[in-house]
Order: sequence, then structure tokens, then C-alpha cells
Amino acid sequence: MNTLYVRRQLVNALVMTASLAATAFGLGWLLWIMATTLIQGASALDLKLFTQMTPAPGERGGLLNAFYGSFVMTLIALVIGTPLGVLAGTFLAEFQRKTRMGAVIRFTNDILLSAPSIVIGLFVYELVVRQVGHFSGWAGGLALAIILLPVVVRTTDEMLQLVPGGMREAALSLGLPKWKVSVKVLQRAASTGILTGVLLGLARISGETAPLLFTALNNQYWSATPNGPMANVPVVIFQYAMSPYDDWHAYAWAGAFVMAMFVLLLAVLSRAVLGRAKKHRP
Amino acid sequence: MGDLIDISAAAAASPPRRVRTPRTRRLSDRTADRLFLGLTGGAAYLVLIVLVGAALSMAWGGRLAFKTFGWSFFTSTQWDAVAHQFSALVPVWGTIVTSLIAIVIAVPVSLGIGIFLTELAPPWLRQPVGTAIELLAAIPSIVYGMWGLFVFVPFMAAHIQPWLIDHLGTMPVIGPLFEGAPIGLGMLTAGIILAIMIIPFITAVMRDVFLATPSVLKESAYALGATRWEVIKDIVLPNSRNAVVGAIFLGLGRALGETMAVTFVLGNAHEFKWSLMEPGNSIAAAIANEFTEADSDIYLSSLIALGFILFVLTFVILALARLLLRATRRAGSEA
Repeated sequence: MNTLYVRRQLVNALVMTASLAATAFGLGWLLWIMATTLIQGASALDLKLFTQMTPAPGERGGLLNAFYGSFVMTLIALVIGTPLGVLAGTFLAEFQRKTRMGAVIRFTNDILLSAPSIVIGLFVYELVVRQVGHFSGWAGGLALAIILLPVVVRTTDEMLQLVPGGMREAALSLGLPKWKVSVKVLQRAASTGILTGVLLGLARISGETAPLLFTALNNQYWSATPNGPMANVPVVIFQYAMSPYDDWHAYAWAGAFVMAMFVLLLAVLSRAVLGRAKKHRP
Repeated sequence: MGDLIDISAAAAASPPRRVRTPRTRRLSDRTADRLFLGLTGGAAYLVLIVLVGAALSMAWGGRLAFKTFGWSFFTSTQWDAVAHQFSALVPVWGTIVTSLIAIVIAVPVSLGIGIFLTELAPPWLRQPVGTAIELLAAIPSIVYGMWGLFVFVPFMAAHIQPWLIDHLGTMPVIGPLFEGAPIGLGMLTAGIILAIMIIPFITAVMRDVFLATPSVLKESAYALGATRWEVIKDIVLPNSRNAVVGAIFLGLGRALGETMAVTFVLGNAHEFKWSLMEPGNSIAAAIANEFTEADSDIYLSSLIALGFILFVLTFVILALARLLLRATRRAGSEA
């Protein structure tokens, strides 16, 4: 038999097996991490988690103030980040499509998209916390908004560019001013895609921990307004997991479980929305 | 007929209702358009301002440390909060070493998954497996950290590290990298967890560029009798070399700045050690661990200076990645 042929087939079979093994390796981690979080989290899960405050070591309690704080800060981030992101994305797609400035802003946005979130936290610390003199939920929300912003900018830009040129020209030929074309025709056509961007960004900021350490800090008690330090799920998980108390570990697992489920749900949802948006496009 | 008369009578009675002439309307449209351009443009330039502002604010916050320690901030290994002596070498070393371990593991695995998803898997399996790999990127990094501390660290200490210390720790050149006690914490553990976290980012780009290879090229190679691996090695990879390197840099950029996952498993030690088994530190982990404890101006400034170094490091890596990846942007991808 031709030895070269045999060797080539052998190498091929080897590489294909390795590729199969690599995939199993990747999926294995996902299963391992999810299974651990599910098992540990579900056993620590009860209704009190959503109705009581974070406990002192050895006491019973829940994570209500942390959930509330995370909710408020995420809301602040959405309210600041979404409109700014949509506006900036519109600017890139409608006015700066092939310009040098557009390329610079897209490049910057891409860097910001992958920049370490801890750096954003330090930035907001210098910008807000140090000037105001204390940690606050507002600062946490602002840090999250800066992380959300580039995700929304990029998806808006890309989705608007995907809108067929004929639609733009048809609207302009009716004599509509440009802003009406953008807001009433193009953004509506691209709305599903833009929504996907917001969902992706939301998934990203709901798990962010590092920027909140220096902006919102934490608060063991109920704080209704974001004017002072505010409890939030990721930082509570961090502190509880790093502590030596077993019952705090259980609360950390429960928090991690709820957070992971929420984020994975958002990730799957945004993919479903995007899939539908793509299917409808000719 | 009566209607017509009525209307003309009414028209004659009332003055011409032309409050908004075409001329004034077009003018106000122009103003609105200008306003719209300013508003959207302002938001877009904000992106620039944020990035520049972040760099400047950290350089400003770290100026005290840079001024006090000068170049020794980069060359010394001292980190003593009591004596107010700080330097960046140990955290910078830890950041680079853990990221390199992550790249060494993640690149071949991502290549394998990329091949599986584009060439090997039956079509019905590609979507679900691809999504599952992407979900690895959706898991919050603090969950990685917790899982790492409570599950993976004990696993490393019980199964992986004793074997490495016994078999590799005695070897002549690489031995010192694997010396020490099997406590589970350390650079190697952090590097492995980072690898899992960046696999989805590298895989996503690899899959996209593999799919972008013109099928005419691939089919020609198959027609000449090439095996699957030969097509990948000689057609697909050369055709997408830039993007693959870009993907690796993108993963590296992610790994350098990752905070929570490594904070849990690095051990927060400030002594310089060659061994990958010993507790170490990274820039991000040092900041996350010590920021709220920093009780003096110089301590705080040193941590912010570390942040500035991290920013510059990731900026260079990510800029390289973006330049290499320019041609392969994909709608809706997080990468």
C-alpha cells in the first residue's frame, strides 16, 4: 500500500479526532460550571432570598437589597446608555458611513467594547466618586452605562447599515427631512436588531462586578435611593464567596444561580430575536 | 351644487389659511436636521471622549505613584502597604503569564472547535453546538471565579498539580515552573480558567473566517484529492491568516483585563515566584482586592497607576486585533 496515502489519512483522522475532543473539552466546561451552579444554587434557593435583607454571618436572610440595587443601577445604565448608543450608532450609519472620522469612532468604540471593565470602574471612580466624595448607586449606574454604550452603538450602526438603501431613498424622495427618515423609517426598520443590541448589553452589564467595586461599593442594609453606597448582586456574591462562613457561601451560590440564569436567558432571548430579524430580511 | 357654493363662500369669508408656507417649513426642517446631526454627532464623539477621558483620568490618578517611584515602579518587586513601597512588576508579570497560559490552551482548542463547527459536524449539530460555546462567554465572570474557587481549585490541588509537580517539577529547564505545594491556587489555575473564558471569542472569529473562505478554493483542493486537514492547513488558514491572528489578540486583550475570575483563584500574593503553582497576583486582581483597603494616597495612586498600565497594555493589544480583524466584522457578535 502507498505509505504516503496512509500517512495523510492517518494525520487527517488524528486532527479530526482532536477537533472533536476540543469541542467536547469546551462543552465539558460549560456543563461542569452550569451543573455546579445549578446544584449549589438550587439547594440554597428559597423564597426568603427575595423578601429579606442580606444577613450577618450566622443569621438567616435574603438578597432583597442586592437584587433591588442591581435593578436600580441597571435601570440607570439603560436610561443613560440606550439613547446615547442609538444616537451615536445613527450618526455612524447615516452620516459617517465611509468617512475617516467614522472609521476612527468605530475603532474607538470597538476598543471600548473589549476594554477591561475594571478600567471603566476606575475611570468613574476618578470622575464621580472622588469628586463627590462618596460611593453611590449613581456612579455604579454610570459605570454600567459606559459598558453598555459601545454594545448599543455597534449594533445600531450595523443594523442601520443593513436597512436596504431603497427604503432610505424612497423616504427621502417624499421630501422628508433626514431626521424623520432616520427616526420614523430606518430606526423602525432596524428596531429588532437594535433591541438585540440592548439585550446583549443588558446581559453583559447584569453580570459585571469589577466596575461596581469602586463605584457603588456595597451596602448591607436597604437603600431606597442610589444617592449612597448601594448593595448589588455581583459585589455581594464577591464578598460572601470570599468570606470564611459556610452560610454566606450558600447565599453567594444562590445569588450566582439567579444571576447566571437571568444572563443566560437574556443571551438566548437576544439570539432568538436576532435570528427572527435576519429571517425576515430578504 | 349647494355644497360648492358654500365652500367658495367660506373661502371668500376667511383669510387664506397659509400659516406654514413651504418655505418656512423647509427652513425649520433644515434646523431640525442640523439639530439631529449635532445630537447624534455629540453622542458619537462621546465614545471618543470616554476612552480618552479614561486614559487621562488614570494617568492623572496615578501621577503620584509615577512621580514618587519613577522607573523603579516598573522594575522593583516590592509591595509593602506599611512601608508605602509599591511597584508594578509582580502584578504585571502575573497578568502577562496568566494571559499567555490562557492563549496557549485556548488557541488550539478554539481552532479545533472552529474546524468541528465548519467542516466536521453534521449541519443540524452546528447551530446548537455553536450557541453552547457562545454561552461560555455569557456566563458572568464572577460565576467563573466562584466556581474556580470552590470547585476547580480543590480539583487542581487533588488531581492535576500533584501529577505536574511529580513529573515536570524535577525536569531540568522547566522544573522551576512546576515546583511548590499543590494548594490549587496560582497562575496555572487562573490561566486555565481564563482559557475557558476566551475560547468563545476566538472560536467565534475563527468560525466566521473559515466560513468566509471561498468554497471554490476549498472544492478545488478537495478535487485534487486533499484531505480535510490539508484543506484547512493549506487553503483555509493561509486565506484567513490575518483574522486568525486578530482573533488571538482579541482573546489576549480579554484575558489581560479579566478581573473577577482571576481574583478568586490567584491567591493575592505579592512575592515574585517563578513557579506557576505558587499564589501570584495580576493587575486587575490587585486592584479589585486592595482598592477599598487603600488607606494612603500613595497606595491608592499606585493602584490607579496599575490600572493605567493595564489600560495601555490592553489598548495596544486590542488595537492590533482590530486592525487585523477589520475585514471581518459580523452583525450582532459580541466579540
